[in-house]
Amino acid sequence: MTVTAGFSIRRLVRLLVVGGAVALAGQATAGENPRDPYEGFNRAMFSANETLDKYAARPVAQAYDAAVPLPVKASFGNFFGNVGEVWVGANNAMQGKPAEAGTGVARLLINSTVGIFGLFDVASEMGLERYNEDFGQTMAVWGVGDGPYFFFPVIGPRTARDTAGWAVDTMADPVTFVRPESVRIGTAVLRFVDIRAGLLPADKVVEEAALDKYAYIRDAYLQRRRNLIHDGRPPRLDD
Amino acid sequence: MKRLFAFVSFCLLSCAAFASEAPDALVKRVSDEVLEIVRADKDIRNGDMQKIVALVDAKVLPHFNFQRMTSLAVGRDWRSATPAQKSRLAEEFKMLLVRTYSNALTGYSNQRIVFKPFRMKDGESEVLVRSEVVQPGAQPVQIDYWLELADGKWKVYDVVVAGISLVTNYREQFAREVRDGGIDGLIASLATKNKSLEAAAAAKTARK
Repeated sequence: MTVTAGFSIRRLVRLLVVGGAVALAGQATAGENPRDPYEGFNRAMFSANETLDKYAARPVAQAYDAAVPLPVKASFGNFFGNVGEVWVGANNAMQGKPAEAGTGVARLLINSTVGIFGLFDVASEMGLERYNEDFGQTMAVWGVGDGPYFFFPVIGPRTARDTAGWAVDTMADPVTFVRPESVRIGTAVLRFVDIRAGLLPADKVVEEAALDKYAYIRDAYLQRRRNLIHDGRPPRLDD
Repeated sequence: MKRLFAFVSFCLLSCAAFASEAPDALVKRVSDEVLEIVRADKDIRNGDMQKIVALVDAKVLPHFNFQRMTSLAVGRDWRSATPAQKSRLAEEFKMLLVRTYSNALTGYSNQRIVFKPFRMKDGESEVLVRSEVVQPGAQPVQIDYWLELADGKWKVYDVVVAGISLVTNYREQFAREVRDGGIDGLIASLATKNKSLEAAAAAKTARK
């Protein structure tokens, strides 16, 4: 699922991307990792994001996690999952997986009716699997390579292909069409907080496991994307 | 006589092969045993590191091949390490993994582990056992185990969580340490990291 938080953040991101591109043109030195040629820039963005997270996102997510009872959190998660179901189905169809695309539509129908607009994930209990698909994965299936790795504040890690995919996902995101704007932003912020809260247990593990947190997160992201593109069964890479 | 001897030794060998537990059964049994203990032990769920490490040491570690794991994490530079360096590396890496991921057991509440259908061809010596941790109100988390057969026993050499290998995810970080300070530099960094984790855990216990 993509993280979206209304138009203002998107504008900020566009600014950062453009600003970043200008900065990169100035310092396009080859990094040590061929997949991460703009490592210096990315590390700067990463530490900016660490500060943002420490003082804003994480405290809010922790408060949400502590205050909201589990069934309500589960309902939010199911609702946002349901909202994304059509787009996941569309991506499955574009990747040539009609059966999975059909499952997505069936999930939406079941969860929107029996599950009271997706607040309860009845479809999963019925054995209809939820798929994780987005336009970046679809482009990968079409043969588009990763491109360089980037780290954006708020949005987090993305390869060049997945940044473009994310832009398309955002345009197709039902939350984008919600009116009035205050409700749209409220929904987007709630979704952001819900996703961040879901990542809280991973914080400590990464903190303790990593020799270099930036590299640990980058390589985990690249592995995770590779796994998603291969629908959970990537070929093994060994020396 | 010679033929009989050959037949008997063949039988013994194949019996040994049959006697070893199937890889999927092994992973399932160990998971069940560990979760059973965690469920029954309040100290472990409250984060008693000593008890957790003892449990992992007794139940989990015998089924891991840390030499192979470390060689995968170190990658190309492994070949240039001396046997002494290799065993130091494996020891420090084992400590780091145990410290970090044992913590996951403390967060355990009411998750369920579901094993996916397992298929294995005859004579295969490397297999993948796939499972999923299911928890209410959250997406299931995919956990895959890679095992290899050595000396008649299956041992885990990689664990992949949500598509992220806990072993190969270290490769770039380790390669950089080796580039900067050689194999000994990597050993020293791992030792420093382990010491700081140990100190943090000790400080936490003292506060309680």
